Amino acid sequence: MPTLSEADSKRLLATYGVAFAAERQVHSADEAVTAARDLGHPVVLKLGGDGIAHKTERGLVRLALGDDDAVSEAAAALLAAARPEDGQVHLLVAPMLRGNRELIAGLHRDEQFGMTVMLGVGGILAEALADVAFRLVPITRQDGHDMIDDLATQALLGPVRGEPAVDREALVDVLMGLSDAAGGEPSILSADLNPLIIVEGRPVAVDALVEVAG
Amino acid sequence: MTIDVAGFQALFDPRGILVAGVSTHPGKFGFVSLHNILAAGYEGAVYGSSLEAGEVLGVQVVADIADLPEGAIDLVFVCTPADTNPDLLRACAQKGIRAAFLASAGYGEAGPEGQQRQTELVALADALGMLVAGPNGQGVVSTPARLCAQIVAPYPPAGTIGIASQSGNFISSFMNYAVQTGVGVSRAVSAGNAAAVSIADYLEFYAADPATEVALAYIEGVPDGRGFFERARAVAADKPLVLVKGGTTAGGQRAAASHTGSLASDDRVFDGMCRQAGITRAATIEEAYEAAATFATQPLPKGNRVVVLTTAGGWGVVTADAIARSSLELTPLPDDLRAALDTKLPPRWSRNNPVDLAGAETRDTIPEVIDLIVGHPEVDAVIYLGLGIQSNQAALMRSGPFYPGHGLERIVDYHERQDARFAQAAAAASDRHAKPVLTATELAVTHPGNSGPVAVRANGRLCYASANRAVTALDHLWRRARAEDAHRPA
Repeated sequence: MPTLSEADSKRLLATYGVAFAAERQVHSADEAVTAARDLGHPVVLKLGGDGIAHKTERGLVRLALGDDDAVSEAAAALLAAARPEDGQVHLLVAPMLRGNRELIAGLHRDEQFGMTVMLGVGGILAEALADVAFRLVPITRQDGHDMIDDLATQALLGPVRGEPAVDREALVDVLMGLSDAAGGEPSILSADLNPLIIVEGRPVAVDALVEVAG
Repeated sequence: MTIDVAGFQALFDPRGILVAGVSTHPGKFGFVSLHNILAAGYEGAVYGSSLEAGEVLGVQVVADIADLPEGAIDLVFVCTPADTNPDLLRACAQKGIRAAFLASAGYGEAGPEGQQRQTELVALADALGMLVAGPNGQGVVSTPARLCAQIVAPYPPAGTIGIASQSGNFISSFMNYAVQTGVGVSRAVSAGNAAAVSIADYLEFYAADPATEVALAYIEGVPDGRGFFERARAVAADKPLVLVKGGTTAGGQRAAASHTGSLASDDRVFDGMCRQAGITRAATIEEAYEAAATFATQPLPKGNRVVVLTTAGGWGVVTADAIARSSLELTPLPDDLRAALDTKLPPRWSRNNPVDLAGAETRDTIPEVIDLIVGHPEVDAVIYLGLGIQSNQAALMRSGPFYPGHGLERIVDYHERQDARFAQAAAAASDRHAKPVLTATELAVTHPGNSGPVAVRANGRLCYASANRAVTALDHLWRRARAEDAHRPA
């Protein structure tokens, strides 16, 4: 089952209203330096391509690049790390987003009930917490609100460490976007927004992986 | 799919019944089912069939279905061996029989041969236009028809709860709770292998059935998940639908994998589906029955502001804890209500919620206080604790060596009258103000003959065995009321 590249995954879900961090797709170290200046430092740099699904495991993500030299050096290293089986590759330049809270959201096909929308608590403790909620597609906005209410870790959604409460309407927008994408693109087998970083209360998806029927 | 209303009417309200495979041995299904039909007082015509013609329990038994009258029988209760059933059902169809309940085993549960037999059974039911319930089921109960066509007990009191179960034993369990609580049943059916008629089919009939106000189901698996969701949602839009599911942990524990999808244990998807469909999901059989019984006997609350009325402090504290763990709110006592209660009570009462009377009540206090609290516009529901204490003491006096002298007869009568009055006052206030008022005491199960719980039952309400169980039931009512409101199209 093929997976779309991160850039294509984001493009597909963005058409249905899922909000992503601004980012640029470039092909050289010089272009990466220019893009980073436009977006504002610090930035994140990733190597992307249709054949690349597990960037973190291969060290293809460089975080918190604070100036031109750091961007240029990281870009050259990432391009050099490409393997022949990766096919056509590119660099993704994105602003380094900061937030103490991470959620996950996605689309998953359940054997019994078919396609579902999922929302969960993300971050390094996600697996241990297993705090997730599901609904069958399509969902209503009220279903989206109910999913947020279903999460056990409600304190995480209120004001935390100087950050405002999570904007629930914006989070429902993400869930509605996923539900609409499932309805509009029957070829989608699964989708993951991981992480969905809460930046000043608003959920921003910084990575996406869509799996489609081959 | 449109439901076969005529078939369900033949199953639940038959004009006459044939027990196929009648036995003279009181341990056999073919005897027990006939016994139960007659013992429950079914008023239609009852016939039997067997290899030999004759009479069992005063019922005429034929050896040939052709000897039965035309058009007098709607339902056949089948206890015969599986391989004889196709011919039996064809002969029954000839006599105008529209529904069959198959207690017979030897179908889908019995290997490839049985599965083949079950496939053929479904095809035959279609060809005959007959509603075929089961096979391998325990039976069907329908109180409007005084029908107890089952191979197990009990026959429950009449009521408005419609039950369908993938496990026949849980039909008995639910009906045992009906007997215990006095909150009764309209229809109950064991789906058995659910070859031709599924749980969703029964639930759709209950949604349309005027005798049923609440649907209650036990399920283990859902073969057509998406279809079940759509149909259950339509049922729950009409009537409360309470569901308890077995096998919630099988296949779980996949949460350890790093992929986010693997966080999806099946039960979480099922849980989300229930909430999306407006289904009231209960964790246990008794919680499910009590939720259904509460839907059947209490109005839905319009909000979540609860007042606890108690005659002793500790009960109120524990109940406050239970409310805090639910979606209900232990509402601060409104000033005007506090002032009104001050005029009825001596100063030592709690003056807050829980309203703890602290033994301050006199003869008429409790009925007056209940009505004041329930009637207040900022109170949505009331939980009343402490019923039956004095009657419990009365029971000890009645059985002791000094009764009836020393004024004991008089005080025992007084206490028992008072507790009956308090239960009546709680039901009357609930009716008058259209708000749920739940009465809880362990005496409901420890001393079911206590005058307090007896009067709660006589008033058609459930007497909860603990305050925690009352809170759980009320929480289910509020969740449904809130979901109905939130999901109503703007």
